[in-house]
Amino acid sequence: MNGPFDFALGLGDDALVAAQRLAEWTTRAPEMEEDIALANIALDQLGAARLLLSYAGELEGAGRDEDALAYLRDDREFRNALVVELPNGDFAVTMAKLFFLAAYQLPLYTALAGCSDERLAAIGAKARKESAYHLDHGALWVKRLGDGTEESHRRMQSAVDEVWPYTHELFTADPAAPVDPASLRPAFDETVDPVLAEATLTRPQSAWAPAGGRTGVHTEHLSYLLAEMQVLHRAHPGATW
Amino acid sequence: MNPRDAAALVVDPEIRVITIDELGILRAVEEDPASGRVTVTITPTYTGCPAMDVIRADIRRALAAAGHADAEVRTVYSPPWSTDWISEGGRAKLAAAGIAPPEPVRAPGVVSLTLAVRCPQCGSPETEQVSRFGSTACKALWRCRSCSEPFDHLKAL
Repeated sequence: MNGPFDFALGLGDDALVAAQRLAEWTTRAPEMEEDIALANIALDQLGAARLLLSYAGELEGAGRDEDALAYLRDDREFRNALVVELPNGDFAVTMAKLFFLAAYQLPLYTALAGCSDERLAAIGAKARKESAYHLDHGALWVKRLGDGTEESHRRMQSAVDEVWPYTHELFTADPAAPVDPASLRPAFDETVDPVLAEATLTRPQSAWAPAGGRTGVHTEHLSYLLAEMQVLHRAHPGATW
Repeated sequence: MNPRDAAALVVDPEIRVITIDELGILRAVEEDPASGRVTVTITPTYTGCPAMDVIRADIRRALAAAGHADAEVRTVYSPPWSTDWISEGGRAKLAAAGIAPPEPVRAPGVVSLTLAVRCPQCGSPETEQVSRFGSTACKALWRCRSCSEPFDHLKAL
């Protein structure tokens, strides 16, 4: 990656795409409380995305604001990690994604809070408190499903196996970044391992580590997500309500 | 009315029993003595709080009604808002409205989730969390095992 713009853009895109995916659960979650929870977490992600993309736009200095960056870029211009664009799958897959993402974002935002860039530090200090709730919620479900019935265990293990390979991309080394993602890996492991153990789940050993999101090479899933997210803004430029 | 008092009286649009001043999101109100222009600084409770646009509009409306039509509302994110910024008066108003006030936050970044929350209806500590996420970003849904009433809890942040 190249400098603070790409860094802020990558984190902002992670939050934006995660928010859009979580919002797909609205009115479809397994129970009403969970519906509200997922919508709330989506809102937190969207809030962080707006701050990060606004700042990225300022760093770029080309006059693009948060809306221009969210609605007027094509898939190859997005810099989110692949894990957030994966389809929601069943509820277990969504919880695996939520849990792994929060286990990465919490130490990330905590480290940002102490970095030398004042704007990123302010965003990190704000967002980490919300991430703590996301992590707790995801961990709770991973344990409940993993250590639940035979069927819930089977599905949760399958979800962990499916999502796990995509977590590696989050920690791709970038020594020039305000926070080197590689430095967050130990905190991630320390969070994830005990939860998986308590959930009677097995941490996958696969070395497969699909990547490309940070350089704009995405899965086909992102294009469909963006089409839905961007259609209104592109059909009616400048529309407000 | 001076601009500080006018802005301080604006109520939170989602928790209408408490003002933005009592909630601790009103950071500063400054009036330029030469031009009379008023600058209000606020901070969101949660980054994605959807009430911010309404709060900004309500502040401008309150200032205009108090004779300060030339006003700007700025939003800052640092230092981050914490539920510790809710005033004692604000906590009492929340409780009176059936919303259990948050417990104190002890260390930054550490969120304590399972302390006993007293039922705002009957005062019983025999309560349970129904959902960590409630009707707004800042609230969780709880239920009292003594009087069976459900209630909102403004969660510590």
